[in-house]
Amino acid sequence: MTATAPYDTDAAGLGRGRAAGFVLPALVLIGVFLIFPALWTVYLGLTDFRLTGLAAADPKVVGLENYTTALGDERFHISLWLTVQFVLGSAIAGQAGLGFAIAWALRGRAGPVKRVVEGLVLLAWILPSSVVAFLWIALLDRDAGTLNALLHTPGFAWLLDHPMLSIIVFNVWRGTAFSMMLYGAALSNVPPSHLETARLAGASTFQQLRDVVFPRIRGHVLTNLLLISLWTFNDFTTFQITAGGPEGRSEILPVYIYNVALTGGRLGFGAAVSFLVLLINLVLALVYLRLLRERRAVAP
Amino acid sequence: MTPDTAPPARPAAPAGAARARHAVAALGRATFLALVAGFFALPLLWLAAAPFDAHPTITTSMPEFTHRNFQALLDNPYVLSSLGNSVLQAGASAALVVVLAALAAYALSRVRVPGRDALLYVLLLLSSVVTGTAAMVPIFELATRLNLIDTHLGVVLTLSGGLLPAAIFILKDFMDGTPTSYEESARVFGASPLQILWHIVVPVVRPGLATIAVWSVASVWGSFLTPFILLRDPGKAPGAVILYTLYTEGGSPRLDLISTFSLLYSLPVVLMYVFVSRRYGFRFHGGIKR
Amino acid sequence: MISLRGLTKEFPGGVRAVDALDLDIAAGEFFALLGPSGCGKTTLLRTVAGLETATSGRVVIGSADVTALPPGRRDVAMVFQDYALFPHMDVTGNIAYPLRIKKVGRAEREAKAAGTAARLGLAELLARRPGQLSGGQQQRVALARAIACHPAAFLFDEPLSNLDARMRLEARTFLKRLQRELAVTTVFVTHDQGEALAMADRIAVMSAGRIRQVGTPAEVFQRPADTFVASFIGSTPMNLLPGVVEDGTARVAGAALPAPASLPEGAQIVYGLRPEYMDLSPTAREDAFPGRVSVVENLGTSFLVTLENDDQQFQAVVPEDAEPSPGTPMWAVPRHSRALFYRDGLLVGA
Repeated sequence: MTATAPYDTDAAGLGRGRAAGFVLPALVLIGVFLIFPALWTVYLGLTDFRLTGLAAADPKVVGLENYTTALGDERFHISLWLTVQFVLGSAIAGQAGLGFAIAWALRGRAGPVKRVVEGLVLLAWILPSSVVAFLWIALLDRDAGTLNALLHTPGFAWLLDHPMLSIIVFNVWRGTAFSMMLYGAALSNVPPSHLETARLAGASTFQQLRDVVFPRIRGHVLTNLLLISLWTFNDFTTFQITAGGPEGRSEILPVYIYNVALTGGRLGFGAAVSFLVLLINLVLALVYLRLLRERRAVAP
Repeated sequence: MTPDTAPPARPAAPAGAARARHAVAALGRATFLALVAGFFALPLLWLAAAPFDAHPTITTSMPEFTHRNFQALLDNPYVLSSLGNSVLQAGASAALVVVLAALAAYALSRVRVPGRDALLYVLLLLSSVVTGTAAMVPIFELATRLNLIDTHLGVVLTLSGGLLPAAIFILKDFMDGTPTSYEESARVFGASPLQILWHIVVPVVRPGLATIAVWSVASVWGSFLTPFILLRDPGKAPGAVILYTLYTEGGSPRLDLISTFSLLYSLPVVLMYVFVSRRYGFRFHGGIKR
Repeated sequence: MISLRGLTKEFPGGVRAVDALDLDIAAGEFFALLGPSGCGKTTLLRTVAGLETATSGRVVIGSADVTALPPGRRDVAMVFQDYALFPHMDVTGNIAYPLRIKKVGRAEREAKAAGTAARLGLAELLARRPGQLSGGQQQRVALARAIACHPAAFLFDEPLSNLDARMRLEARTFLKRLQRELAVTTVFVTHDQGEALAMADRIAVMSAGRIRQVGTPAEVFQRPADTFVASFIGSTPMNLLPGVVEDGTARVAGAALPAPASLPEGAQIVYGLRPEYMDLSPTAREDAFPGRVSVVENLGTSFLVTLENDDQQFQAVVPEDAEPSPGTPMWAVPRHSRALFYRDGLLVGA
């Protein structure tokens, strides 16, 4: 019952004025290069602005027309559905699941095995996107790709016949490192005494996971899922592998926007779709935050 | 990984059964880890072999060792300059992000401002979305108006703006976990806020600053879209853009150049990670290691 | 030397951690702020230091009203509970830090630091980092740092609670001697009444933001001003038994005891007596509390005996050869000269 008094955390005596001064430079940069373009995108979404032609020189405000078009557009629906698959498959199931599995398998272990596995997983994450994009193109090439060589299936066109599968596996490979590190740190904070108590009570590994580990790391799991969901939702790297093809079968939303706005020249429409994507992200984030707050209220 | 199905009252369970279970679990784990290692290593093998191969192909194969590819690379006019550009842009962005984020994170951590948590979350969200394709057009227009097209400064400012929210979020979390008694102690001894920041706070949060610096460098190093849009002069293009042009230029891609350049281009980032993680360890979410 | 007048600190949300406090601390005094968690003693200390701004009232240090001054200009040094040794500086750097702020040259401040360190037995540890020091060593470095800037007053926040039990006793003696040598006004906060009694020249016992009693250890121990102080002070809790005055005697827990003349007939009182002043008798007496032995605790050179009587429970301390067995009926005989009478919570003059 000994709650500490709400002492003044302004330990260095900054005061409101100086604190504002500290935040200002960052805020200016964010304001100009992040918020302003975001707001402008909202405005653009209300116009018929195009890359070329009459509408480029003299864009007119068309109100919500872009939005209604988008919401009724078949291609947009497909793209949205593909993005959902992408996020569920590669981020939530893939990266988080595999990342946790690796962290669990490596927990408490030190030594060369851990270093090698972690090193390889991290390497996949660190390498620049242009490089990994090409590595996977090379891997999945139908005639000379290494995968076909290994599996003795020459001529199997992974990227053409299974584009979604390809990019999902690619993204799992690419991003597992972040989840692995986060879960590794969270797991190392589970007191061994808790796990031992469960084991002495006869709990199996699965029960230990469910009853001891997950309740403790639930907050971290949610934060992790939120971040990787957002990042995956907006990831452009797969463009460098499939460009959304063939025939739009791997055209997730970021690629759809690029194709529609820059290749297709419909900038106003593209901006409207971007805003829709932002709204969807917001909803996602709110859902996660809600779940997070519930956990906080219940958790010890 | 096998559930314990034996009944609770086991007077004399042979030790052998327990040992067998352990062996099976260990074997399962070893297999799993081997598969994981293989999965992650497979695409990387090409990068290790092809640059040294006299006749590189798409397939990963044992190379006929040569260093002629590196020679060919140096003959290409834009290659080395692109690496230099990457260094410049990444370094400048990281410096800017670290300084601005540290100041902002400290102020937000220590001084109570109403609505700051909500603000941070909103900014974080924005930065995940806006740095994608969404705001390409406004950024292009903005850069044009500010005369930042085709300048390194334009790229640095745009990328830094996108990195700042997450950087501030992570650093603030880190600083929230740092005890205030150091600063209070210095304050009672008469130190001014700037003295406290420089003498006390910065040294204590150095691991957090290092994490942000490394993460910024890596993000900018691999950033493709923004420099692609904002830069015209190939002499200013960073490695990510040059690589893309290397393999999309019509005709058959020059694998010797691509492989060698990929290797060179990837090396600095990898070395940087190794160096920093050895020195500071990796605290990803400062709040976890409390 | 330090005066507080009407000092109040109210936190947002209406919590009054310090409530209209008046206090005078003499120069060179070793003064303790004692009380349970949440009583406001640390808030009070922080307000004196300037880390918290007073909501109203005045703080005077020396002859200067420092209420509006920032912490760095009040000429005090504070040692925190976790010592707050800067982890990236070595011992010399830590001790010399206040001098560095005062713009003392490097050679001079390092020499001064070395001198202070030597005085506290830290001469061999000058090049070490705080992480390489034991708890006791860290405490001495923190003290050295406070001493090095020659402040008008020291403020210690729970100086001994981060030490283990054995270390704590040594540190008590060490601190008391040090303070006497330095003759600097020192205010320290503690929740450990034994510590306060052992070290302080005077103690202020606090509860819920107010001071209940200020006095020397002897005064606070022998004549606690109210039942709160009575129950808080003393390593074994004082017996506080309710009773009533009838015909000039106090009827308490089955005993008839002489009552002070000032108490009116029928007054509800609380009778206070320390277990150490209670003797046990196997035979019945009118002026003793009847009961049955329920728990016997070995304290080394004595025993703490708990007796029960219907709904009452009281304790007595007996010498090591006089251990009674549980279940035995006994009478606890109070020593009248040590008895304390409380009415409405306050001490009645004996």
